[in-house]
Amino acid sequence: MFGYTMTEIGSIVVMQGFAGLSLFSVLLLMALGLAIIFGQMGVINMAHGEFMTVGAYTTVFMSKVAVQYGWVGSYFMFAIITAFILAFFLGYLVEYLMIRHLYKRPLDTLLATWGLSLVMQQIFRSTFGAKEVSADLPEWLLGSFKPTPDIDIPINGVLVMGLSLIVTVSVYLYLYRSRGGLRIRATMQNRIMAGAVGINTKKVDRFTFALGCGIAGVAGAAFTTIASTGPTTGSLYIVDSFMVVVFGGAASLFGTIASAFGIAQAQSILQFFMTSSMGKVSTLMVIVVILMMRPEGLFASKVRK
Amino acid sequence: MSKLNRSQPLKKLSFLATAVAVLGITSAYAADYPTAKVNTTGLAVTDSTVTVGILHSATGTMAISETGSIQAEKLAIAQINALGGVLGRKIEVIQEDGASDWPTFAEKSKKLLENDKVAAVMGCWTSASRKAVLPVFEKDNGLLFYPTFYEGLEQSKNVFYTGQEATQQILAGLDWIAKEKKAKTFYLIGSDYIWPRTSMKIARKHIEQHLKGTVVGEEYVALGDTQFGSVINKIKLKKPDVIYAAVVGGSNVAWFKQLNAAGLDAKKQTMLTISVTEDEVLGIGGENLEGFYSAMKYFQSLKNPNNEAFVAEFKKAYGEASVIGDVTQAAYLGPWLWKAGVEKAGSFDVDKVAAALPGYEFTAAPEGYVKVDQNHHLWSKLRIGQWRKDGQADVVYESELIAPDPFPKGYQ
Amino acid sequence: MHVISEKLLGGKQGAVNLLILALLLFVIFPLWLDLFRLNLLGKYVTYAYVAVGLVLLWGNGGILSLGQGIFFGLGGYCMAMFLKLEASDPVSTKIQTTPGIPDFMDWNQITEIPFFWEPFKSLPLTLLLILLVPTFLALIIGFAMFKRRVGGVYFSIITQAIALILSILIVGQQGYTGGVNGITDLRTLLGWDIRTDGAKYLLYYINAGLLILCILLSRYILTSKFGMLLLAMRDKEERVRFSGYDVSNFKIFIFCIAAMISAVGGAMFTLQVGFMSPSFVGIVPSIEMVIFAAVGGRMSLIGAVYGTLLVNFGKTMFSETYPELWLFLMGGLFIAVVMFFPDGLAGVYDKYATRFNLAGRIAKVIQKISKKALKTVGEEA
Repeated sequence: MFGYTMTEIGSIVVMQGFAGLSLFSVLLLMALGLAIIFGQMGVINMAHGEFMTVGAYTTVFMSKVAVQYGWVGSYFMFAIITAFILAFFLGYLVEYLMIRHLYKRPLDTLLATWGLSLVMQQIFRSTFGAKEVSADLPEWLLGSFKPTPDIDIPINGVLVMGLSLIVTVSVYLYLYRSRGGLRIRATMQNRIMAGAVGINTKKVDRFTFALGCGIAGVAGAAFTTIASTGPTTGSLYIVDSFMVVVFGGAASLFGTIASAFGIAQAQSILQFFMTSSMGKVSTLMVIVVILMMRPEGLFASKVRK
Repeated sequence: MSKLNRSQPLKKLSFLATAVAVLGITSAYAADYPTAKVNTTGLAVTDSTVTVGILHSATGTMAISETGSIQAEKLAIAQINALGGVLGRKIEVIQEDGASDWPTFAEKSKKLLENDKVAAVMGCWTSASRKAVLPVFEKDNGLLFYPTFYEGLEQSKNVFYTGQEATQQILAGLDWIAKEKKAKTFYLIGSDYIWPRTSMKIARKHIEQHLKGTVVGEEYVALGDTQFGSVINKIKLKKPDVIYAAVVGGSNVAWFKQLNAAGLDAKKQTMLTISVTEDEVLGIGGENLEGFYSAMKYFQSLKNPNNEAFVAEFKKAYGEASVIGDVTQAAYLGPWLWKAGVEKAGSFDVDKVAAALPGYEFTAAPEGYVKVDQNHHLWSKLRIGQWRKDGQADVVYESELIAPDPFPKGYQ
Repeated sequence: MHVISEKLLGGKQGAVNLLILALLLFVIFPLWLDLFRLNLLGKYVTYAYVAVGLVLLWGNGGILSLGQGIFFGLGGYCMAMFLKLEASDPVSTKIQTTPGIPDFMDWNQITEIPFFWEPFKSLPLTLLLILLVPTFLALIIGFAMFKRRVGGVYFSIITQAIALILSILIVGQQGYTGGVNGITDLRTLLGWDIRTDGAKYLLYYINAGLLILCILLSRYILTSKFGMLLLAMRDKEERVRFSGYDVSNFKIFIFCIAAMISAVGGAMFTLQVGFMSPSFVGIVPSIEMVIFAAVGGRMSLIGAVYGTLLVNFGKTMFSETYPELWLFLMGGLFIAVVMFFPDGLAGVYDKYATRFNLAGRIAKVIQKISKKALKTVGEEA
């Protein structure tokens, strides 16, 4: 067929399937934190990309330390955890200083967090320099895994997939199977009532916001394996994150997952059969057309006011 | 140009001394050149100073690339001042930030030319920023020294292009890789904008018409895209002998990282790129690049006395960890060429400098000998560097001097 | 007369404020600034159109569009396409493979002018399209969104997504749009060189005049019954709906008006600056324009103009002296205005203006100044 053997075509199908899944997990990891915050408080965190960058720089910084002390092989897991903690506390702080004063004006939160993103970008630039940096990755994260001679499965892709799976399952379990999650959902559905039955809704908000930022930190740490780290890296991600959240109709975990999956598959298939940039544009066009027909997104729960 | 030949025996002297001797200007006093005579067009020239502008992005996405150029230009200007300046006048610098935004570049170039009346501007990096300022320079009759290798198809009396135009960078490199690697099939990939598209157009014509090879795929990725899974699979399916790449910015880092992760490292795949210099390696990581080839006119590891002195001075000024890429070196040439033009013309007037500079031979360049052509581009050599893990390149091939040809016949 | 002063000028206070702005734009700035700075100011004035549109849409309608750059950009591109065709005559493009088409088309192996460029050969048609194309797009977007009662933050992100897509499209289709470089090197308008000093002055005045017209139009809309409904709708949408009004039509209408005003700004931008680039279409400029309006005061048409001028002036000054600090300042300003001064400069001004009857006092001062200024102008002329 087309001058290729069946094995070759088989391998490409496998690898292409993996590429689609890998893109799916990247998009999901990007958008998850954003979606949680939006779902909970109707706030769009425009500094989401910068929280990812916090995670990325944490990883780069730890890798430099690791190279000095010779534990390159094992620092990565610590880096991810540190990235989460750092971004979490930063998010906590931001909520306390800024966001909580603006809950009655969700549109203004959007603007204020945009301002925050500018400030954070400049902090990165002043601290780490304008140039891009790269983390020294452990040997086991480089290269590919080969089940057959023709098939290469990228190890960093597997890592991102694994992380994305862990994070999504954890979020699901937390939101739907724990008391904390119950409080979050209660606050989301009826803030006043939740307050009346004794839930500290302010605390819930702060925690949710911080959680979303923490997940962004994890995403940023994971992406050091597949892309670059620089002061403006966040702006590369924020756009895709938005698309996923908008398309999924926000507000529901399932919507975000389905939307990430749909966009990833469409993009990865189109990019295979067209040129890459045409593939991307076509995907976006499809999204816009669908949004025009269904502006509330694919799986909207309550956009109507 | 006869006195330039005297520089031949001076190789052992330090770089600065070489420069002094080459330019033959140890004792130009301002008094010999009265301001009224050397400046008839109202430029910012006094009896003791002359002002030039530096216009690059210090903020925004392009700051990554342009920082090196700013450093090199400042270094050159400091060195020129240490030698007594230009026509006995110290160079003063007004630096403006283009902020990675083309309209801002246009605005700032207007400011530099109309408000500050600078005698020359060292600046711009991307083609877009150059296109934005070009009408301003032509209208206000300014003088721009532009450092980046670029797509050609342009020639302005107000601009000197110190980087290579597309044919200089592409043809010799393709010839080399076709011969060295017996390559017959090529896969072209670039970011989606004018420079990669024009470069690939030239590369395709050269491959098909002169090398009798085939282009098995031509691919453009959106600027800023970081997902290469599908593209890499397509490449795997086509199994090209050579990947010819011109991916830029954040995408570039993702491209190399993911290529490596997909098992296409230099052991399995030959790649020649025209968009990776030492600056980019910092972000990509040497381990992801090891063994791949870059086609550039300059590498930091070049072994010649000019370059060794230049590298040492650069590191002294900006730290041991700093690296020098192709464009940084080209940016460094700007102030030196301008100085030479001014001194040859005996005037700061833009028209006179622009008329004096073509034909000038600069032997003290870190890249070696360069010559200014009538078309305002430089004659230069092309080198192929093979990347090492430490982020430096081994120069494995060096071409003859190549004439610049911004409007190549048969390649359009 | 009374009706006009109430409807168009917004009473005594409004008239005075408008007069001050007009004086500044038409007399004081041109006398005070050199041509370079005046031209910069002209560029900022074109952004002020967007800010005025946002006051209608956001301040009074409660609809935050983060995609106003789309309309500014479309207006600008329409103008640029006309000017580019005029600049690409066969003589000045004879070096190309195909002379007589814009240079970037030639670089992308396009050999004839694409069909959607055809209308831009005629100036009247171009002027019409500058108004119609953005308005039509706003109509479609507005229809799709507001009829389904999509609003709030969700509307903001969707407009943002559209801005993003349009900018990717423009960058990606470089053979038809000039790509990331934009459409550059524009020279003449019907043979009239727009780059000369005289042309710059004239364009500046046209620009400022049109802005004042747009403010008057906006004020007319806001003081009409429709304006009242708009405010009511912002504060209690349900109640307006239950009173029997079709809220979505109001929203669509005001969105279209804001789009049209932005488009005029875009077209003036192209004329004033001499090129158009996709960097005005995307997310970042769209949000920046919102902050211009926020700083000036989202409820005040005139405040928004001052906000735009001040922020941009600050940007230029700061980036000339401390480029590193600019982002801190801009970001900080964003946060501070949103958190502490939601009504912006105009809010602060109004607070004190009513307290000290500033309008009356300023009116007197202005009378004096304008007499003097007129005298000076007379002497200079």
